[in-house]
Amino acid sequence: MKEIMIYEKTGAFAGNKDIARDIRLNDILPYINDKDKIILNFDKVESATQSFIHALISDVIRQKGINVLDRLYFKNCSSTIQKIISIVTEYMQESNY
Amino acid sequence: MKIHLPNSVWIGNIDPFLKAFDTTDKDVLEISTHRKWVSVHPVVLSMVTALGLKMRAEGKEIKFYKPTATSKHYFERMGLFKILELDSEMKITEHESAGRFITIQVIKDSKQLDKFITDMIPLLHSEPKKVEPIRYIILELVRNVFEHANSNEGAIVCAQYYPKSNTIRIGVADNGMGIKKSISQSYSPKTDIEAISLALTPGITGTTRKIGGTESNAGAGLFFIKSLAKVNRDFFMVYSGKGMYKLLKNPKNKEVKLIADPLKDHSSYKNDYPYWQGTVVGIDLCLDEHSDFDNLLELIRAFYEKARKERTKEKYRRPRFI
Repeated sequence: MKEIMIYEKTGAFAGNKDIARDIRLNDILPYINDKDKIILNFDKVESATQSFIHALISDVIRQKGINVLDRLYFKNCSSTIQKIISIVTEYMQESNY
Repeated sequence: MKIHLPNSVWIGNIDPFLKAFDTTDKDVLEISTHRKWVSVHPVVLSMVTALGLKMRAEGKEIKFYKPTATSKHYFERMGLFKILELDSEMKITEHESAGRFITIQVIKDSKQLDKFITDMIPLLHSEPKKVEPIRYIILELVRNVFEHANSNEGAIVCAQYYPKSNTIRIGVADNGMGIKKSISQSYSPKTDIEAISLALTPGITGTTRKIGGTESNAGAGLFFIKSLAKVNRDFFMVYSGKGMYKLLKNPKNKEVKLIADPLKDHSSYKNDYPYWQGTVVGIDLCLDEHSDFDNLLELIRAFYEKARKERTKEKYRRPRFI
């Protein structure tokens, strides 16, 4: 189980898509497989933009399939971040990735 | 080019101001102001700055006719003359800006944007929950400029707080390729207003025709921002090329429903404005108690849930929050 502390990379506001892309490419995609789980820990992150969360997880869903959500955990999310993650997972499932 | 700053411009009455923008002589920019009093939405200052910076970059002349209005110091305080390297001949005592306005900012890259987003929070003197949508809007609009506009002068941002209405007004302008050219990479809009309409439709992005977008673009940013204004019953406008779309205030007695087609919103739109090379976005945001960001996000989530249910019968996988 790998845990990624988002705050260490973004600070209190997660809005920089370049950082989201780096986390996806360097910390999520190489490590997530059929068995291993990843925790995205948003502790101390107050808010995020839709485009940040999209850049963080949409291509993980596209590449690994929607079942990847069983192995990707979102920890310590504020209510705003929870809602944005829910929006991104909604439209990714609408699009069939 | 000639641009005249009249007595009063806000999004609700911006149409005549835009119509009067004269683009015929591209070798000189003439800026004139109402002789007695000028009160303008920050989006107007963003536009004037964007035009001026373009002229400066092209080595062309800027003529700013000496303002006589008693409110002329506002331009100086907002940094207009300094950015355009003009001598205002004004000497002012700069009072603390915190809680009242964000002076005109030229943001050219992610590093500058990150710094600005961090620095602007104390400027707004407000509770974190109220700052959240403002920070969100500015960040998404400026990133749109970086990703879609290809503008040498970057994004020009300006904001002003109006205590009487407890409203913040925000303007972002650029001199980039404009929405029609950007969206035409994937779609074939015939007019600027058709392109603006596509850009405001959820799921549509210039980078792909695929629903759900690419790994970096979902075509949701402008839809989110328009929705924020709609839920809040505030004004929102987009001006690009010859097209201008304006979301009108949603009547208070009418329930707010988010819909995909922006032209079906309570709005006005036309495709016969003087040509603006680039894109201009203006928004008002009331900071009253009802303006809850989480509430807006819940409405957007419900909107996407409905769209998903209409499109697929597959069992929905929920994200796991721990």
